[in-house]
Amino acid sequence: MSAYQSFKSLSRAMYLGFRRDRSALFFTVLFPLMFLVIFGGIFSGQSTPKVEVLKIGQAPVLEQALAQGGDELGKVLTVTAASDRADALRQVAKGDVAGAVEQRGDRLVVHYSAADQVTAGTVRGLMNSIIQAANQAATGQPPAYTLAIQQVEDDSLKAIQFFTPGLLGWALASAAVFGASQTLVTWRTKGLLRRLQLSPAPIPTVFAARVAVSLAIALVQFALFVLVARLPMFGLQLEGAWWMAIPLLTAGVLAFLSIGMLVGAWAKTQETANAVTQLIVLPMAFLGGSFFPLDQAPGWMQTMSHIFPLRYLNEGMLNVMSRGLGPGSVLPQIGILLGVAVAGSLIAVRLFRWEAH
Amino acid sequence: MAQTIEVTGLRKRYGDVRAVDGVTFAVEEGEFFGILGPNGAGKTTALEIIEGLREADEGQVSVLGMSPWPRNPGLLPRIGVQLQSSSFFERLTAREQLRTFGSLYGVPAGKSDAMLELVGLDGKADVPVEKLSGGQAQRLSIACALVHDPEIVFLDEPTAALDPQARRNLWDVLREISTGGRTVVLTTHYMDEAEILCDRVAIMDAGRILRLGPPAVLVRGLDAPARISVASGVLTAEDARLLPGADETGDDGVSLTISTRDPSAVVAAMAAKDALDGVQIRGATLEDVFLEVTGREYRA
Repeated sequence: MSAYQSFKSLSRAMYLGFRRDRSALFFTVLFPLMFLVIFGGIFSGQSTPKVEVLKIGQAPVLEQALAQGGDELGKVLTVTAASDRADALRQVAKGDVAGAVEQRGDRLVVHYSAADQVTAGTVRGLMNSIIQAANQAATGQPPAYTLAIQQVEDDSLKAIQFFTPGLLGWALASAAVFGASQTLVTWRTKGLLRRLQLSPAPIPTVFAARVAVSLAIALVQFALFVLVARLPMFGLQLEGAWWMAIPLLTAGVLAFLSIGMLVGAWAKTQETANAVTQLIVLPMAFLGGSFFPLDQAPGWMQTMSHIFPLRYLNEGMLNVMSRGLGPGSVLPQIGILLGVAVAGSLIAVRLFRWEAH
Repeated sequence: MAQTIEVTGLRKRYGDVRAVDGVTFAVEEGEFFGILGPNGAGKTTALEIIEGLREADEGQVSVLGMSPWPRNPGLLPRIGVQLQSSSFFERLTAREQLRTFGSLYGVPAGKSDAMLELVGLDGKADVPVEKLSGGQAQRLSIACALVHDPEIVFLDEPTAALDPQARRNLWDVLREISTGGRTVVLTTHYMDEAEILCDRVAIMDAGRILRLGPPAVLVRGLDAPARISVASGVLTAEDARLLPGADETGDDGVSLTISTRDPSAVVAAMAAKDALDGVQIRGATLEDVFLEVTGREYRA
């Protein structure tokens, strides 16, 4: 009856118990994945807004610009021929299109709606640059100055780059806190802890098995999230040191297991443990930056987020997976999470009880 | 014979309640020993101290020559324990439960099928524990306690909350496991169970052992009258009272009951009158012993 044998069979029992628990599977794996798919889908088109313009009659200036501008202009501008003038203006007024254009001799007339200032400004700027380019071309001289634009974050502002680590952090936290608290409470109320106390299995193997199973579940969550996010429709770009997310999430899982142990040691019934776990995990996910970037949150919220261990996991994963920071950048986060794990475990050990009464 | 379990002057109190209040007894090797008493008598507490789950306030416990407290990994593989609650791993099948418990003791996986057969659950090997009936769960729980072939088995109220049919099925299993020199210690609040299964019984109430001995000896020592009953109308109460050896008679309209210390004389006289229609003879039971020693009705 080696310790390893006990560890193996207890891990197996816990793993089977988890795999056959449909609601646990749903809430810790599928549910966060659904959020990823929904959020990834909603925000995926956001970064390249296209300007749609209706063309009334013939507009040679515009047609020429499109023919010469090629791909660059085609990316930001769509031009459709309007059936008649009144209808085109009505569509602009309704906000269905950004503007309507007609050419009267040498003048290009742009109709826009004041209701949407941003769109109006875009259309005006765009049309203005087309006219400038046409004027410049009419002189027969090559342009004296050219403009090149570059976005600082490259592609990293894409929503999926933020949502993958954030929602993964939420999934990891709920799986670990639930796993630990439910195991502890259920095993205690059912007398299984005492039954194990009466077997020759070394007691630390019980806890080691829980840690091992939770880590395995976390790695599966990580793999699933990354695989789904990397589907072409979402297009997650993993940065160089993304693999540092693995030691980081290990530290995170240990921290959340210790919180789960605390809840499980304290709570008397499964229902209480469930409710308390929700009360901890959901606010932590919101204020720890799982659902929206903390950079955009008000100052007080950013300050408050520092008390939530999930914040450090999210931040660290975002840094190495999406922002392309180096492997050493997550060491402070790993340190904080391990500190939480140690502190939580020490308190949990003091609260620990073998039996229900 | 060797004393497998020796308990001397055991005491345990919870606040003001003396759960176990000076208990002394010994169990011999291969014995089927019962601790009988109503709920709250202190049976479970006493058993848990002997198993090593709790520390006694006072007194000595020796199991197979060793002290069970503090947790004694040398002793644990030699005892098997079935706790009052069915302590199973969630969502595992009957076979998986046995394998998991078995592997904690280094038992090969193949043993679990033999255990399932022993407790009559071979048809339920792949059924999750949540889907087993109360009786099946108890039998599985006993199989889990036996999977490593322990020398002593502790069973805490294995038949509580079972229907009569399931209880009788379980009795067969319990008889089976006590064969082959294994020592069985059982707590129960069922008198009939203790009487049928146990070699010796300790009657416990309010934390003390009131009587200790083989059930038949305890009952005989009571010198309680036997009760003979026949269907009402077979014999009048007047006639019954005049039978040789009859002490008291009563007729509740359904049965005529005669209490006597000389049942053979009474039955012979009734036979002579051809008045044995629906006859039943009931001797004293452990219940009467309990009533005698505590002065109160037995309420389980």
